[in-house]
Amino acid sequence: MATAETAHHEHHDHHPTGLMRWVTTTNHKDIGTLYLLFSLLMFMVGGAMAMVIRAELFQPGLQIVDPHFFNQMTTMHALVMIFGAIMPGFVGFANWMLPLMIGAPDMALPRLNNWSFWILPFGFAMLLGSLFTAGGGPAGGWTLYAPLSIQGGMSVDMTIFAVHMLGVSSVLGAINVIVTIFNMRAPGMDLLKMPLFVWTWLITAFLLIAVMPVLAGAVTMLLTDRHFGTAFFDPAGGGDPVLFQHIFWFFGHPEVYILILPAFGILSEIIPTFARKPLFGYVSMVLAVAGIAFLSFIVWAHHMFTVGMPLVGELFFMYSTMLIAIPTGVKIFNWVATMWRGSLTFETPMLFAVSVVFLFTIGGLSGLMLAITPADFQYHDTYFVVAHFHYVLFSGAIMAMMGGAYYWLPKWTGHMYDERLGKWHFWTTAIFFNITFFPQHFLGLAGMPRRIPDYALQFTEFNVISSIGAFGLGISQILFVYVVYKCIQGGERATQEVWDNPRGLEWTLPSPPPYHTFETPPVIK
Amino acid sequence: MLRSSKPFAVLAMFSMLLTATTAVKAEWGLNLPTPVTPIGEEILNLHNLIMLICAVIFVGVFSVMFYSLYAHRKSKGHEASQFSHSTKAEIIWSVIPALILVGMAIPSTATLIHMEDTTEADLTVKITGYQWKWRYDYLDSGFHFYSNLSTDRAQILNEAEKGPNYLLEVDRELVLPVGKKVRFLVTANDVIHAWWVPKLAVKKDAIPGFINEIWTRIDEPGTYRGQCAELCGKDHGFMPIVVRAVPPEEYDAWVAEKQAAMEQAAADGARAWGRNELIAKGKEVHSTCAVCHGADGKGIPNVFPPIAGSDVAQGPVEQHLEVVMNGRQGTPMQAFKHQLNDVELAAVITYQRNSFGNATGDLIQPADVSVLR
Repeated sequence: MATAETAHHEHHDHHPTGLMRWVTTTNHKDIGTLYLLFSLLMFMVGGAMAMVIRAELFQPGLQIVDPHFFNQMTTMHALVMIFGAIMPGFVGFANWMLPLMIGAPDMALPRLNNWSFWILPFGFAMLLGSLFTAGGGPAGGWTLYAPLSIQGGMSVDMTIFAVHMLGVSSVLGAINVIVTIFNMRAPGMDLLKMPLFVWTWLITAFLLIAVMPVLAGAVTMLLTDRHFGTAFFDPAGGGDPVLFQHIFWFFGHPEVYILILPAFGILSEIIPTFARKPLFGYVSMVLAVAGIAFLSFIVWAHHMFTVGMPLVGELFFMYSTMLIAIPTGVKIFNWVATMWRGSLTFETPMLFAVSVVFLFTIGGLSGLMLAITPADFQYHDTYFVVAHFHYVLFSGAIMAMMGGAYYWLPKWTGHMYDERLGKWHFWTTAIFFNITFFPQHFLGLAGMPRRIPDYALQFTEFNVISSIGAFGLGISQILFVYVVYKCIQGGERATQEVWDNPRGLEWTLPSPPPYHTFETPPVIK
Repeated sequence: MLRSSKPFAVLAMFSMLLTATTAVKAEWGLNLPTPVTPIGEEILNLHNLIMLICAVIFVGVFSVMFYSLYAHRKSKGHEASQFSHSTKAEIIWSVIPALILVGMAIPSTATLIHMEDTTEADLTVKITGYQWKWRYDYLDSGFHFYSNLSTDRAQILNEAEKGPNYLLEVDRELVLPVGKKVRFLVTANDVIHAWWVPKLAVKKDAIPGFINEIWTRIDEPGTYRGQCAELCGKDHGFMPIVVRAVPPEEYDAWVAEKQAAMEQAAADGARAWGRNELIAKGKEVHSTCAVCHGADGKGIPNVFPPIAGSDVAQGPVEQHLEVVMNGRQGTPMQAFKHQLNDVELAAVITYQRNSFGNATGDLIQPADVSVLR
């Protein structure tokens, strides 16, 4: 530790200042910050779209937007949140924390790192720009199902190109993560000594490399169907609309775990710190993540039980999907066992972590219900599914990231965030989240399809409640932006350890850490 | 024997309790709706069972967590112990969930096999999804019709009070006999749709180029409502499904009536029509056009062009026929020659050319339409 500090003081940085510092930076901390701020921006943009959706659904009838624009909002909300908020958010955490956690001076491929980030703003300019073309943005759902997406206008082509760019960015980022973890660990940092966040990202990176090209293939086939006379998905030319869904979900299901595994990693860092106890079942945690990643490749068709698969296919995908409950259960039990007989305190990061364990499990159990094929025929494409994936993605991925942000903000900025406001942010988020999404389970079971701009009268009450919750949830996030801003600006100075005796190499560095860290590898006991 | 059946009795009691609470709060729709088919019954029981198991697991796991959050707090002076694994515990909480999953898989598999058995059907109806309506072909009786949303546009735009079946009502219902096994062949004409009626527990994607099979047997006469479940474009939320299940005798009478109407329509197509009857019929058929162009023919500015005072409705008849019959590529204007017969086309075009201030005086006969097919 002392070496790191001394090294910093003797080091003179020659890098551009101002805007050019951020454009040309190859420093993992700068790039991590860029990713995180970009993710926050996209979170607000995607959130604004959700507000439009919920405002229209506040009452039956068409009030604010027309159905075509409504469809653009549901499509864009998903694309922006998945590719703009969650994925770059986790890459931001990876950039900041992986080198600090494994005792590396930086990411292995710093220039590539710069490039992976700077593709994103252009990709999103393209995607969001499509909203302003004639006929508006893509309106066929984020899943871009053929043949509906064949019907769209130029915006679909822009979306396809944007997806290609985001895919390139993700794959480059994933390569960087793998190379860094395999080559840059400090001496003595064996694979099975790595923090769980590093493990989850290593496995996530392999998933990314495996499936992003599959998505690229699917959308390219869509593009050639649209413009170059092919008929991959057009039955009139011998093609197959269901083929698109198979390819898409072969990407899509591992993608779901790309969105959640790093969140598991963050939880596994936060919970032991505030339980003042080592993580329970480290090896089984690693095995569970690997097991989930493997299973993610053989369950994809559970997203499409209603397309008319043969019975044997439906049975296979039902059984394989149910299996996921086992490693996921192991993780939940291990977190609870980590808390068990600890010495617990509930600072904001811990509040988020505990609520993620609790709320994610609701999403996990509704996922198990969705796996039951005959019952899925009733749930499929209803608000039950909408509720399910918001329980896993918002109260799983997003709230885990928020917890992670509060956990490491003092390390990143050198200032303590405002604990009182942080707790306010937590409670408003958790409460409004449940008001928004819990009633959607009932709506789905009662028969409300997803992606509709208007609904029959029996769905009114729960939609009103859900919309009120959504507005509260949206406003609460402005508080989050303020807390982050305030923490960057100043505040009580954070100590090196920040928390009460946390584990991990990042806590052996000053807060904020110097621009270059671990130029001399730390010694791992 | 008694001992082993006890847990099941408890389960059954719980699910009864659950169903009872649901019935009380029916208008708030907390659970799957009460089904009217054997498969629906099986699915509801399966759903209640699985939900109950999930709820029990959830309460169990989180009682432990919340106890820990309460009892093992630092503020209560609890010292952290430093244990970090227990092979025994980890084996137990991997094996028990696996056994529970097997327990869930058995009834699920049985139901699924039952659902997928479409053999020995009493009658077959082909369902075709269109943007944004359904077509029903009664393959055994040789007739078909289209089924459109019948909710008045004014209700959707909040200009009129919404009726009790708002968005869940159609001009022509799918009529089926109760107690008969009905096989559905489900397909689509343009993009993917999904045919779904919750109370029948039937949901199947309608995919162009594919014919999916599913079946139902409705036990109770009544009217059952559903909607398209797969995003299919702008009016995805506006293509409902209404099934009216009637006793077999009533069904047979309805089929005979439909068949007679078919013959009548064929005869109508062969004769010359008078001005007044064409306009009266045309006004009826115009409800199809009114979905976009409005009952007053004024359309919606910059979205759907007006018929009133338009070049098409006041220009050459051939051009008007061409647009209505073959549609306009790249716009929502469809080729209506597949959906409307000669009489209907002749009538609606006559009506449009002599209404909304259009006064061409043209009279179009079914024979004029027929030659253009």
